[in-house]
Amino acid sequence: MPNKNTFLGKANKNSLKGLINYGIIVVFFAVITIVKGAGGLSNALEGQLIPICAYIIMALSLNLVVGISGELSLGHAGFMSVGAFTGVIVAGAMKYHGVNANAPRLIVAIIVGAIFAGAAGILIGIPVLRLRGDYLAIVTLAFGEIIKNVLNCLYVGVDAKGLHFSVTDEVHMDMAANGTTLVRGPMGAVGISKASTFLAGIILIVLVLFVIQNLVNSRTGRAIMAIRDNRIAAEASGINVTKYKMIAFVTSAVIAGAAGALYALNYSTIVPKKFDFNTSILVLVFVVLGGIGNMTGSIIAAALLTVLPELFRQFQDYRMLVYAIVLILVMIATNNERIRAFWKKLTGVFSGKKGGAANE
Amino acid sequence: MLNYLISGISLGSVYAIIALGYTMVYGIAKMLNFAHGDVIMVGGYAAFCAGTYLGWPVPLAILFSMMICTILGIVIEKLAYKPLRSATSLAVLITAIGVSYFLQNIALLIWTSNPKAFPNMVNFIPSIVLNKGTGSEITISSTTIVTIIASILIMVALTLFTGKTKIGKAMRAVSEDKGAAQLMGINVNATISVTFAIGSGLAAIAGVLLCSAYPTLMPTTGSMPGIKAFTAAVLGGIGSIPGAMLGGILLGILEKFAQAYISTQLSDAVVFAALIVVLLVKPTGLLGKKVMEKV
Repeated sequence: MPNKNTFLGKANKNSLKGLINYGIIVVFFAVITIVKGAGGLSNALEGQLIPICAYIIMALSLNLVVGISGELSLGHAGFMSVGAFTGVIVAGAMKYHGVNANAPRLIVAIIVGAIFAGAAGILIGIPVLRLRGDYLAIVTLAFGEIIKNVLNCLYVGVDAKGLHFSVTDEVHMDMAANGTTLVRGPMGAVGISKASTFLAGIILIVLVLFVIQNLVNSRTGRAIMAIRDNRIAAEASGINVTKYKMIAFVTSAVIAGAAGALYALNYSTIVPKKFDFNTSILVLVFVVLGGIGNMTGSIIAAALLTVLPELFRQFQDYRMLVYAIVLILVMIATNNERIRAFWKKLTGVFSGKKGGAANE
Repeated sequence: MLNYLISGISLGSVYAIIALGYTMVYGIAKMLNFAHGDVIMVGGYAAFCAGTYLGWPVPLAILFSMMICTILGIVIEKLAYKPLRSATSLAVLITAIGVSYFLQNIALLIWTSNPKAFPNMVNFIPSIVLNKGTGSEITISSTTIVTIIASILIMVALTLFTGKTKIGKAMRAVSEDKGAAQLMGINVNATISVTFAIGSGLAAIAGVLLCSAYPTLMPTTGSMPGIKAFTAAVLGGIGSIPGAMLGGILLGILEKFAQAYISTQLSDAVVFAALIVVLLVKPTGLLGKKVMEKV
């Protein structure tokens, strides 16, 4: 297939793939809206809509690090947590100061959450991105634990003078009597007034897709993938390894922060423990099952794996066990020459081009 | 003050034993065996079942636990890690996380999440009381003494094993250059299996010691100490046996002091912050040696 590898052919293929992702999201939104209008959506499922959006965004964010940058982050729930709590604090403070409309509160919360998560990403990225592979994974894990521990003893309140912080208890915040406590240590953020909507979630997904797909198909994205494929060769070609890894990592953190704010503003309370190591692994399962580096796969896997457990509640005990087995089997299968060859043949047959047309 | 130091060294000795398992596997198979912490948990449950349900004597229960863990370690290596020998480290790490979750959830199904009260299995020697008669008595519990002695013995034994025996030399050869070792007639797969067996056997001992000191046994018992012990291994310099020991003890002391003087809730955060600082200042760890990268 000579023209398949030409520059134009490849570019067309990439933009087509990107369009498919937008298409899936729009169809997903349309179907849900129609079903909802017809009253065919159960309450449990309706409650899952915003978490689905948040998890899709998380999966996209993690896939940027794992699939495109080729590093494993085990602390992505930490970034989500930073976004969630800063978002909740900002939204709560705005509410206290008389901003009652949901849309501006949500937008500001998402932006602030994303900025703070991005700042955390820079902070953690500086030491981490000089390391490689397993070290990076373990340090991101450590970071997630640190965030969880710190949030567990953080108290935040708001009064007419502004925000008050304490790391010991509520009394030490020096808040005026008419103030409101926003974050109450291990009990987490309390009395959140919900602001997230399904539409907002969908818009955020589209925005995130736009950012990621443009990043991946840019010069920067190619540099990031070059580092992933061969760090030494990329370095020898004059690519600043740390800089490009940092771009991917911080972008991913920003997106995770936005997802966190969206997620948190869907509930009335949210505890720091929600964003523990298990959540990081859950998102990793989405990415692995959907296919590492495959954004479409991440979207579908995140949506399905958030909905399915709701439908099969009686098998709840086996849920994490199944996830564990999925992780192991997918990894062994994708690294097995025979299965890979078989898969290539299979996809070749389906697309009508016999003999391994997979051009990945 | 001395109190915290002693309990820190005691906890650190457990970390050291776990870290030795990490460091050996990392040194030879070049992979982070994320499931190591959960092998500890399995070791704890095995000893618990043998000791409490079956009523076996303590030495037999510990031996049984070691046997179970050794077999488990070899099986995990054969089934999950061996097919990925030539895969990227990302794939291996994800698989290891999968194995870790698998063990935790199997344990959850078998033993439920209710914590089991682990009987102290290592209080067979009398405890020592310092400053007797004065107001500030300090008791060093028998568990502490056994733990410290066990960790020192294990470290010495491992150093001798890797330095003097034929298998130990084969291990070092594999860790240095897998390809060259194979050409010299070393059975690389068997060597890696032996490494996993030793690491997992040590995990069983660590499990018994850990649960004797902190007697609640749950499916998640091993995961936190496992991660902290990896931190200890990195702190001491991964691949180095004395380094693992040093890192473990330092980390244990740091954790106990953080608990005492900063905050119990933040002690984990302090420990992990130490890891980040060490990697920033000296990425090879305290006793690790810098390895040049070959193209």
